[in-house]
Amino acid sequence: MNNKSGVETAGNVSTSLPPKSWITLKINGAERHLEIAPWTILLDALRNLLDLTGTKKGCDHGQCGACTVLIDGKPINSCLTLAIMHDGAEVTTIEGIAKGDALHPVQQAFIEHDAFQCGYCTPGQICSAVGLLNAGKLRTPDDIRELMSGNICRCGAYPNIVAAIEQAMQSEGSAAQ
Amino acid sequence: MNPFSYTRSGTLENAVTEIARDRRAKFIAGGTNLIDLMKENVTRPSRLIDINHLSLNKIEETDNGGLRIGALVTNSDVAYHPQITRRYPLLASAILAGASHQLRNMATTGGNLLQRTRCSYFYDITTACNKREPGTGCSAINGFNRMHAILGASEECIATHPSDMCVALMVLDAVVQVTSNRGARAIPFAEFHRLPGDAPQIDTNLQPDEIITSVDLPGEGFAGNHSYLKVRDRASYAFALVSVAAALTLEGGVIKEARIALGGVAHKPWRNAEAEALLKGKPAGQDNFRKAAEALLSGARGFGHNNFKIELAKRAIPRALKQAAAGTPQSQTIKKVL
Repeated sequence: MNNKSGVETAGNVSTSLPPKSWITLKINGAERHLEIAPWTILLDALRNLLDLTGTKKGCDHGQCGACTVLIDGKPINSCLTLAIMHDGAEVTTIEGIAKGDALHPVQQAFIEHDAFQCGYCTPGQICSAVGLLNAGKLRTPDDIRELMSGNICRCGAYPNIVAAIEQAMQSEGSAAQ
Repeated sequence: MNPFSYTRSGTLENAVTEIARDRRAKFIAGGTNLIDLMKENVTRPSRLIDINHLSLNKIEETDNGGLRIGALVTNSDVAYHPQITRRYPLLASAILAGASHQLRNMATTGGNLLQRTRCSYFYDITTACNKREPGTGCSAINGFNRMHAILGASEECIATHPSDMCVALMVLDAVVQVTSNRGARAIPFAEFHRLPGDAPQIDTNLQPDEIITSVDLPGEGFAGNHSYLKVRDRASYAFALVSVAAALTLEGGVIKEARIALGGVAHKPWRNAEAEALLKGKPAGQDNFRKAAEALLSGARGFGHNNFKIELAKRAIPRALKQAAAGTPQSQTIKKVL
């Protein structure tokens, strides 16, 4: 910025960029090797480098939950973390929630309860709910309403989302997973 | 976000050596606040030192009957830890009142203490802000200041500290353990955060070369009589307008000890020894609770949009004390305030 010539400044920046590095992520059960810059956000690595576009970019600031994925089984906002920090971690995205053609009980419940309108927040809603159910944190509809508050739905499909997760919560199959 | 380099520290010794020799570097743990600030160009470190692999992720008993929470233990792991829920339910409650479960799975204990204000002018690099760019002025003082401080503010800065967890830690008289190449020291919680004064760019008394290693809880957890009451614009996943952490020791309806801390009202969690002393030896009733609230809010000043917070705090404090005295703490799941 001290340089008065824009050309020279641009030249300095391009030659001084910190190097990329190779990392390994176990994504939906498969090892993937990636060459990434330190500042590559996990969400952008998933969408732009790995073509896993099921995970959505909503607010990009951790306020809407559309980017929710599971890291080592725990739901997190993939927009607020660097890919390079997760070298060796297991990442589960919406593409890895079903077992082959068999939908996860939460996915099935979302269809049965029509728990979406535009569908943009849905991958994050489902990953969030799957993580909460796996951790045994959902016992009542009030738990669902409170713990799902980090997943915003602009269409306002909340009653059906709560009903869908409640159905999954009550089905032994998902609770045991 | 500006380009930066990335290194990973495997030992505490390496981490403090690296931070001491590169003042433009920053530690990254959960990253939930830092990455956001970097995306907005509010913070522009030249290097991130990833400390997630340090051995600071345990909750252990201390020799004096308390608990030591490692700096890297996530907010979720603290809030659901059986020793915390049994002995320090006020802390668990305050943590669960904040953020979302996804954020709590990432955010760490040390990082929670070091999160920056959510003042919208601090976040907007096109506006003047003494905290972000010292000497440029405060846009909030004559701007939209509904969320801002009513206690302890200065002409330079009226920002608030956004943490819920820290309000509980303030009441519990936690101790922050820090270390650097120069050695380790313990900082009482009340002295960890600072008021803005004429240097609002400095949030805490942690030195630039120091790292938080743990937050220690004393033995007394006020598990019987406590409440964390958070008042906000929506019932979940919003920062506090006013929050109250209340803890009481009672003997037959008489208060032996009272502790009250406020969140959302100042540059640090707010406590007032005189207000707490007013309750000592007094019956646990509404008249006394209201007197304590008046004392806590003495010297409060609104800046226009946030004037309502003074009366809001005066009403929230007796309510939280009533919940604490009755042994019926505010639920963070069922939002009705009883």
